[in-house]
Amino acid sequence: MDFKKILTPILSIIAFLALWEFIVWVNGWPNYVMASPSDLPAAYIRYWQLFLIDSWQTLWRTVAGLALAIVFGTFLGMVMGFSKTARDALYPLLVGFNAIPKATVVPVLALLFIGAHDFNTVLMAFMISFFPIAVSVGIGLSTLEPEYRDILGALGASKFTIFRKIALPKTLPEFFGALKVSVTLAFIGTNLVEIISPHGKGLGALFLSGQTNGDYPLMFAVLIALAFLGILLYYAVVALEKIFAGWAERQPG
Amino acid sequence: MENLIDIRGVTHAYKTKHGALPVLDNLDIQVPQGEFCAVVGPSGCGKSTLTRLVAGLMKPDQGEVWLHGEKVTSPRKTVGMAFQNPVMLEWRSIIDNVILPLEIVAPSMSKAEKYARAEHLLEMVGLKGFSNKRPSELSGGMRQRASLCRAIVHKPDVLIMDEPFGALDNFTREDLWQTMRDLRAAEPFTAVLITHDLRESVFLGDQVIVLSGRPAHTQYVLDVDLPADRTIDILYEPKAVDMLHLLRDQIRIAQGRDGEVH
Repeated sequence: MDFKKILTPILSIIAFLALWEFIVWVNGWPNYVMASPSDLPAAYIRYWQLFLIDSWQTLWRTVAGLALAIVFGTFLGMVMGFSKTARDALYPLLVGFNAIPKATVVPVLALLFIGAHDFNTVLMAFMISFFPIAVSVGIGLSTLEPEYRDILGALGASKFTIFRKIALPKTLPEFFGALKVSVTLAFIGTNLVEIISPHGKGLGALFLSGQTNGDYPLMFAVLIALAFLGILLYYAVVALEKIFAGWAERQPG
Repeated sequence: MENLIDIRGVTHAYKTKHGALPVLDNLDIQVPQGEFCAVVGPSGCGKSTLTRLVAGLMKPDQGEVWLHGEKVTSPRKTVGMAFQNPVMLEWRSIIDNVILPLEIVAPSMSKAEKYARAEHLLEMVGLKGFSNKRPSELSGGMRQRASLCRAIVHKPDVLIMDEPFGALDNFTREDLWQTMRDLRAAEPFTAVLITHDLRESVFLGDQVIVLSGRPAHTQYVLDVDLPADRTIDILYEPKAVDMLHLLRDQIRIAQGRDGEVH
């Protein structure tokens, strides 16, 4: 592994934290206006058990929502990729659905499935994140050049065989591109429910309790923890991409 | 000799927004077993439609396509195809690209046998030692060589090529003509080659068929009476030069420019 490859992002993060600290210090902002990075370790040490429990809550529900989004998004993308009629029928619906602010859906879900907090949260993470996957898989499949179909089609291969051997692997780079977007979206969905719905769990609820108690360092500590989880999941996707679609990466130069 | 490919009175039109667009008009082509048939014609005269018809990927509106004494109604496992785009699957190594048709046609064949067959072909086209490379690591000409190997790996009796050398530079193209000639000597296929290049048609063809402008019918058939073991030099000999002139004139007629000064 290239040493520089690890060092560069670490240095940029340190520079970011230093800048943040500096701006707070220069403006003389007190804790209750804007916390600074140096306030955060105290918050983490004080609430470390809560952070561990709530991070886990947030993480598993996000991953579960994302998994649903992958299954459903890929399926929808396949339908739209292979059928122009399905594409024409589904696109306006999907775009319209995607345009609805998801915060407005939270109370609807809360009433529909009263008390099913985990379920609601997973559902929201799913709803907010399947769109990019469906669109990119759909586009990947519908733009497959006819020759790619013909090399196997001319031998009498079935549609499914052509999909499995050619269309699916060829769409993987687009799929992973969309998945990187979906990962962060899924976090937003999870947190939305955690913050808005009463008696929430996870980092969102921890953020809310920080707000209720006027504990600003705790609120910022939660935000940083969320960012950390986001980065973690993002690089998990990058690692999977390297394994399954590493061929698409060209050597520079 | 039996006609392996027999195209009888094929007429075909595409449906477009502005009504039917006729592309083939009562087309007749006969190719005896083992022969190499080059098809030339003006741009957009329906040559690519012809390849899809022979491959059984499309059915003609009228007329029939026969292969090996059987009417073509759907794709057959005994056809090989190559296109201008080498259509390499980037996620597979070169050799895994070449064995792709075998995975469909001969699923029971062992992996070792598939690889042995592919290695043999790759060696014939000068790609020995490149089996495990990725397609992105190869030049355009090398990718096209691999593509030819893939088109014949399952020993098809018909090889259909749609301008396979069209995107290559002139010297690479001439190299590939010679590769094609050598493959032909070693492998028993009957070939249809769609091309824009008259020199290519004379160098590789046993017969050259000139299609008329759209809708295309068979305008002229040239028997290429040259020895099988041709070299590029033969293209500069009077006999070949005469053929090229003749074909050039036929193309002009096909383009509808017969009356123009040239």
